[in-house]
Amino acid sequence: MSETGRRLTFEVFRYNPQDPDSKPHMQTFEIEEVPYMSLFMALNEIRETLDPSLQFDFACRSAICGSCGMMVNGQPALGCRTQTSDLPDVVRLHPLPVFKLVGDLSVDTGIWFREMAEKSEAWIHAEKAFDPQAQEDRMDDDLAQKIYDSDRCIECGCCVASCGVANVNAEFAGPAGLNRIARFAMDPRDTRDDDEWFEVISNENGVFGCIGMMACHDVCPKELPLLEVYAYLRRKALSTAL
Amino acid sequence: MTPRISSTDVLVIGGGLAGERCAIEAAAAGHDVLILSLVPPRRSHSCAAQGGMQAALGNCVKAEGDNPDVHYLDTVRGSDWGADQKVARVFADNAPIAVRELAHFGVPWTRVKGGKNSYFIKGERVEIEEALENDGLIMHRDFGGTAKWRACYAGAGTGHSALFAVDAEVVRLGVTVRDRAEAVELIHDGSRCYGAVSRCLRTGEHSAILAKATVIATGGHGRIYGQYTTNATINEGMGAAIALNTGIVPLGNMEAVQFHPTALSPSGILVTEGCRGDGGFLLDKDGHRFMVDAEPEKQELASRDVVSRHMAQRMRDGFGVETKHGPHLWLDVRQLGDEHLRTKLREVWEICRDFVGLDPAQELIPVRPTQHYSMGGVRVNAEGEAYNMAGLFAVGEASCWDMHGFNRLGGNSLAETIVSGRLVGQRIAQTIGKGGVDAETRYANEALQRAEERAAGLLARQGDGPGVYAVRDAMAEVMIGKVGIFRTGDELEQAVAELGQLLDDCDRIVLRSKAPGMNPELSFALRIKSMVRLAYITAKGALARTESRGAHFRSDFPLRDDASWLNRTLARWPEAAAEPDISYEPVGELDVPPGHRGYGADERIEMEMTVEDYNRQVEDAQRAAGKLPVEGML
Repeated sequence: MSETGRRLTFEVFRYNPQDPDSKPHMQTFEIEEVPYMSLFMALNEIRETLDPSLQFDFACRSAICGSCGMMVNGQPALGCRTQTSDLPDVVRLHPLPVFKLVGDLSVDTGIWFREMAEKSEAWIHAEKAFDPQAQEDRMDDDLAQKIYDSDRCIECGCCVASCGVANVNAEFAGPAGLNRIARFAMDPRDTRDDDEWFEVISNENGVFGCIGMMACHDVCPKELPLLEVYAYLRRKALSTAL
Repeated sequence: MTPRISSTDVLVIGGGLAGERCAIEAAAAGHDVLILSLVPPRRSHSCAAQGGMQAALGNCVKAEGDNPDVHYLDTVRGSDWGADQKVARVFADNAPIAVRELAHFGVPWTRVKGGKNSYFIKGERVEIEEALENDGLIMHRDFGGTAKWRACYAGAGTGHSALFAVDAEVVRLGVTVRDRAEAVELIHDGSRCYGAVSRCLRTGEHSAILAKATVIATGGHGRIYGQYTTNATINEGMGAAIALNTGIVPLGNMEAVQFHPTALSPSGILVTEGCRGDGGFLLDKDGHRFMVDAEPEKQELASRDVVSRHMAQRMRDGFGVETKHGPHLWLDVRQLGDEHLRTKLREVWEICRDFVGLDPAQELIPVRPTQHYSMGGVRVNAEGEAYNMAGLFAVGEASCWDMHGFNRLGGNSLAETIVSGRLVGQRIAQTIGKGGVDAETRYANEALQRAEERAAGLLARQGDGPGVYAVRDAMAEVMIGKVGIFRTGDELEQAVAELGQLLDDCDRIVLRSKAPGMNPELSFALRIKSMVRLAYITAKGALARTESRGAHFRSDFPLRDDASWLNRTLARWPEAAAEPDISYEPVGELDVPPGHRGYGADERIEMEMTVEDYNRQVEDAQRAAGKLPVEGML
């Protein structure tokens, strides 16, 4: 009997694209639950004691690096901050959709986010070169906090996986992409003007591609204010168009 | 498909803040740069730095009078005089520039609010009027071991915001990043480095990258302490290891290991020093603020080595809260209030909710000192060039540059990443030629072949040898049990013997998975012997150093000994040798003579040599140890 009295059953998606004999299938593992058990602990226990070939991604194990997005009983979530005590006796784990599969639960989020950053030019378009001798430009602290609210996105991909549009339109910026655009659009250090932003925001791959199901808002592990972000982008687009 | 052999001007191994800042500098100068990273760069462990980045901007009332001289002095004192003072000086002078440059790259630094502000200082709520003329400048918070408020911050996600801003520059400049790639061996001819062999963590395939300059920027190696670390799972020290495995490049001060006072118990997840900087308390099981008795002047904000020792002692004395995972103490931030915790310490608030299910505005946080930072690493000169190996550089935590000596101050490492990345990147950009790489490809072919044979050999090995995770767990127990906060000669001798046995075990490891591709068990098995080697030289250096300095505390030699040990440990591991070769060099020229740090123990053994005599021997001794001459750019 485990300390919590539960034996957990994990049904895990398995497929190794590097192995010609591998076929996508579900594999079942059973382990004893312990107090404060996260999926980080559970999956490592499975790999170290039951099947050493199991692939998954964790790095910081404290919900800040964004490595461990996965589908947990059909919902995208960070594995490290998902506690087994919040889950039923049977837990089904799949890799995040939308992203290219690396193997088992591991997906290629890095390339997706790099492409998104390149497409939306997600960097400060500065007016002048950095002057090492000058004092920093001033910024109102309330604005700094507002930018930080959006800057907190860890690009885990949970929102993208949850998004009905991103799942069918590979060109759609996706919730994290729209958030990143808003983060730069509201930053006065970025000198792109409204017309330039209009090109990035106002099409079916930008904010008007969003059909408002808002699953992104529900699954975001950083609780980003995505509703406000989309409203901000729509207002910005409309004010330019008018 | 990755080409089997490719070439670039600059190969940067590691996609964290130090590596990327270095890459930007070289790329902006027109050089071809390739970054190898275990993970997508934005997932590097720099992202986990929370509380702040030290730079003496002097923007708020509690920072008045701050300047790089004060920062420099704090850093030398923090190092317990183990730092290279010239490097600490270069660092302190450049930190304000590097932090302001991050503002230019887009970091949303918290800003000064002109007018009345309410702070919590040494247990008191204090109202302070910030000057209206400073409104909108970068704000500071207090941290341990500093004379002024100096840490610049973005909430409690400073590392995250800094890393995203720097990576945005990497994207802007079009720098190529090969993620899920691990450097497993350096390509060299015994005196010059020509790049590295990389293993793809998607396919398991090896490839060689030839480069004119190779930069190790792989961060720390806290995972030699297994789970007893705040570090990410990726901080396994492979950058330091591939340098050590050349047989000629030394690692510096590996016995200097920082324990952070406030990691969550038992998970080891970091809770920032900013909690104490903003007015948090440390309490024992009776709710007593023991740090006020132990350090009346600095209280909870003495340096990390000092606070961690007092905490460990308090628990030894029976004042810890006992649990089946061992004892812990409490961090109390309730007095800061809900709004402060949900904004300026938001990431701490989230960690408490998500990982221990508590509200820090209402409840105490269970904490205990946990391995956090590696002061030791690839020994380099002031321009970031590795000892004994031309064309090889190291920056950030992977290096021993050495501005931290035997104890790093909180917030100084985050600043070091961008300062050293910037300066070493400039150095590389200015010195590498415009021509192609003039390496003989046989070195690349030989290194590639060795790496492939190592992987194939592990997969082919049969028998009843130990499993890789059992070796890891045994290493971790030795390190936390015998090479921890309090060390003794007897325990360190046992640690060296046990780690020596584990090194032998590494050669008998048998894999249970023969899966093609990256094979996670094989990937880890390819690293474990290098990790045990790093652990071994850490224990060996700690055993040899019969004094106490900074984070290295010997209960049997409790005094700092400036007569015998004002030096830096260098560890090489000659090829095919059973034992590493341990030697010493002077710490560097002394500008500030050894003295009292202003916190911690005051008693010490004074140096016998005059400062002038000490300084006269430095250059020759360091050159004899393999230091390349500094060309004077810095």
